[in-house]
Amino acid sequence: MTRISLSVDGASVSDDVEPRMLLVQYLRERLGKTGTVIGCDTSNCGACTVHLNGTSVKSCNVLAVQADGAEVTTIEGLAKDGKLHAVQESFRECHGLQCGFCTPGMIMQSVDLLKENPTPSEEEIRLGLEGNLCRCTGYHNIVRAVQHASGQAVNS
Amino acid sequence: MTATQERPADEVEREIGRDRRRKEDQRLITGRTRWTDNITLPGMLHLAMVRSPFAHATITSIDTTAAKASTNVVAVLTGADFGDELGVCINAWAITTDQVTPTHSPMPSDRVSFAGEIVAVVVARTAAEARDAAELVDVEYDELPAALDLKKAAADEVLAHPDLGTNKSALWVFDSGEAGTGGNVEEAIAKARTDGIVIEREYRQQRLIPAFMEPRSVVVDPTGEQNTMWSATQIPHIVRFALAATTGVPESKIRVVAPDVGGGFGGKLQVTPEEWIAWAVGRRLGKPVKYTETRSESLLSAHHGRDQWQKLTLAAEKDGSVTGFKVELLADLGAYVAIVGGGVPVLGAFMFNSIYKFPAYHFACQTVLTNKTWTDAYRGAGRPEATYAIERIMDELAAEVGVDPLVIREKNWIKHEEFPFTTVAGLEYDSGNYEAATARAKEMFGYDELRAEQKQRRESGDTVQLGLGISTFTEMCGLAPSRVLGQLNYGAGGWEHASVRMLATGKVEVITGASAHGQGHETAFSQIVADRLGVAFEDVEVLHGDTQISHKGLDTYGSRSLVVGGEALVRAVDKVIEKARPIAAHLLEASVDDLEYSGGRFSVKGTDQGLAIGEIATAVFTAHNLPDDVEPSIDAEATYDPVNFNYPHGTHLCAMEVDTETGAVKMRKYVCCDDIGNIINPLIVAGQVHGGLVQGIAQALWEEAVYDDAGTLVSGSFVDYLLPTAADTISFEVDHTTSPSTTNTLGTKGVGEAGTIASTPAVVNAVVDAVRHLGVNDIQMPCTPERVWKAINGPGSGGATEGAAMPHFESGGAAGNQEQPGQSSTEGAGS
Repeated sequence: MTRISLSVDGASVSDDVEPRMLLVQYLRERLGKTGTVIGCDTSNCGACTVHLNGTSVKSCNVLAVQADGAEVTTIEGLAKDGKLHAVQESFRECHGLQCGFCTPGMIMQSVDLLKENPTPSEEEIRLGLEGNLCRCTGYHNIVRAVQHASGQAVNS
Repeated sequence: MTATQERPADEVEREIGRDRRRKEDQRLITGRTRWTDNITLPGMLHLAMVRSPFAHATITSIDTTAAKASTNVVAVLTGADFGDELGVCINAWAITTDQVTPTHSPMPSDRVSFAGEIVAVVVARTAAEARDAAELVDVEYDELPAALDLKKAAADEVLAHPDLGTNKSALWVFDSGEAGTGGNVEEAIAKARTDGIVIEREYRQQRLIPAFMEPRSVVVDPTGEQNTMWSATQIPHIVRFALAATTGVPESKIRVVAPDVGGGFGGKLQVTPEEWIAWAVGRRLGKPVKYTETRSESLLSAHHGRDQWQKLTLAAEKDGSVTGFKVELLADLGAYVAIVGGGVPVLGAFMFNSIYKFPAYHFACQTVLTNKTWTDAYRGAGRPEATYAIERIMDELAAEVGVDPLVIREKNWIKHEEFPFTTVAGLEYDSGNYEAATARAKEMFGYDELRAEQKQRRESGDTVQLGLGISTFTEMCGLAPSRVLGQLNYGAGGWEHASVRMLATGKVEVITGASAHGQGHETAFSQIVADRLGVAFEDVEVLHGDTQISHKGLDTYGSRSLVVGGEALVRAVDKVIEKARPIAAHLLEASVDDLEYSGGRFSVKGTDQGLAIGEIATAVFTAHNLPDDVEPSIDAEATYDPVNFNYPHGTHLCAMEVDTETGAVKMRKYVCCDDIGNIINPLIVAGQVHGGLVQGIAQALWEEAVYDDAGTLVSGSFVDYLLPTAADTISFEVDHTTSPSTTNTLGTKGVGEAGTIASTPAVVNAVVDAVRHLGVNDIQMPCTPERVWKAINGPGSGGATEGAAMPHFESGGAAGNQEQPGQSSTEGAGS
């Protein structure tokens, strides 16, 4: 067991964890942060995407011990003071989700994408979300949601 | 008490047709969801499954000693440790009375029939400890020859279940001559061989994996009087029934809950070994248990879809008027006959004739058992296969006659003035307008301009050629009239149930037997109730997916929720209004005949006197002043059994660019105009279409479940099974024409499967169209660059997928899906 201390969605937490424990397992099983989900076992689907020190990571691809001392933000910490983040709002506005399982990861990745490139083209959005799989929407409205969140005109 | 909502009709925007943002979204975008895997109960134990690595083998011994000694392991159980207690996984649809159906134990103790089948279960205090211990279970197998190739299996060369003596499960036949719905197809073909056109083709529907994003998960809690199962399922009501029917627990002691469910696409329309094992373990140990599959387990053992060979013979006159269509299918069931099983290809049996006026039609489907993962419904279920076959071969007919593929379709389709139209398969299409949908799609597409560009590229010998693909599809959905299901020997009905509870505070609770897993029922059903009852959208709460709340229902699949479940809801709402009417008359001191109901309010004709439905609900709650002989309730329920399927249709147009030097394909444009009747929520409809399109496009271009020659699934992870990403796909142009269905009150048709059913042939037709002038008339799906290149540069349809991305056991292996389709032939006019 290894002792880790980190900040998750603004709260300080400290636990003894097995070295093999993945960050996503730590979030879900130890902290009850079940908003972050697991969709695959090969780092393909991106459903578990969170922010580690402000940058998106697939939390199935990070060991909990690697997050020691870090600041982690999950989908549950994105809204501030009861106000949705613009990307969350845009996913609802543009119907960028159906079953919603990929949505936490998709939103966290979109936030990171827009941080790096505030006015991405459609192609840049599509490439920026390549690591996140969705089976419901065909991506059409996810692309629109990101366009909308960036303040750009949304294609019909 | 809260004031009720009065909404004068003339001031209220109608909810139906409005692009309401979804009620579901708030919890989904903030991570406040309850997926099954999120559920944790006190003392809960975790399961890990031990699965067979062999496709077919006898289990000679299972040594669980080391696993049992592993840290925090509570139990290790095998099939032999359970008796009838385990129950069985049921097939609800024996498609013929003599169907050969192997018994499907959730955990067989003697022989495994596909790679991935469960042979033991480990129970431990944590999921990680359970998985660690599962590695320590030592199973000895004697490998048996495996039936893998569909055609060889159909010839009984190797038996998937030696005790059954055959792999042939059932032969299901429809013949229009015998049914009296049309002529004799053999006569039509014979005549066409003499003086018309006969087109013979063999198409492959590759094996697909539904690949919903949420892996399946099940929690069983045997605490208390009722045994509760939470499951990531599309069918909580059917699971409850099947648990009772097969495990001996009274149905009244079983509660099944489908909480938030992360997609299904037919893949969660199943009664699974994992559910049944969790049920048995939880009850045996008297402790709550949870099992959540890994993605690899999901791809390996959750049911697959499609997997057919389609032998087609189309007869036509020289001018391209169709005269007969003969369809001979081989359908791979996999190792067991799943809950719908052979019924999936049968759902396509009535659709191969599609929108065309075939005078004669013959359909025969042989279902076949193999030692692969069992197959069942995947989005479209039978109808994508039918649509692919007919839309591909209509293009072949057009090529033979030498006309534009749209021309040959228009020549043969049902004209809008001919509805209602009884087809050669015996269905009555209630409404449609193929001309209007096609005209709109052509306009959106810029059809003539793209044809001109195609001509120019051909003439200039451009290395990148352009192809235009058409799919003028229809489908039957809204499963289903119970009588029809009875005639087809299905084990259940097709009705749906709804109830409406009028709460004392004026809020409305709606309970539906449909079980959403991403469709947006909470929003769309709220819109229906808001309009019909005249209450605020926000005041309607839709409850579903828990058999203790929604005690009666047949769940969600087959594009049925709106057209069947929505109609049940309409009828329940109407009953509420009728129950409220005498109470309103009493309270208003008026005659029932003088009341009219609109905008959520009973008013006395010719006066300003009136009462809102919410006020009546409050009056009923207090029950202080009701008429004699009237019960203090205006709640109502309705069970609706549809009288007919409904028949969405549409015209899908796809432009593909094909690099003739590399075989690479690129989608340039995709437009569709679907007629799905009246639309409740255009935003939700657009989402259904987009998502459906990509699943169908993915079949055409990327996805395939591939086995090697040992029967190992080599596309068993998301590294190998190619789900499209945002970067692989394009934006779509979607529009609608509207021919309301005449068989339900709201005039709606299903939309959940339409995009998937329509898009696959549009894409393949486009790819083939791009290279037809190079002598290509078929490319097997998925149309990978390798296959396209091979088709351009040699005979055949591009060959089958190599069975292994890398040779796993020996070089040159991999015969699972190897064979080529039979030689195609065309006789007649142009040749």
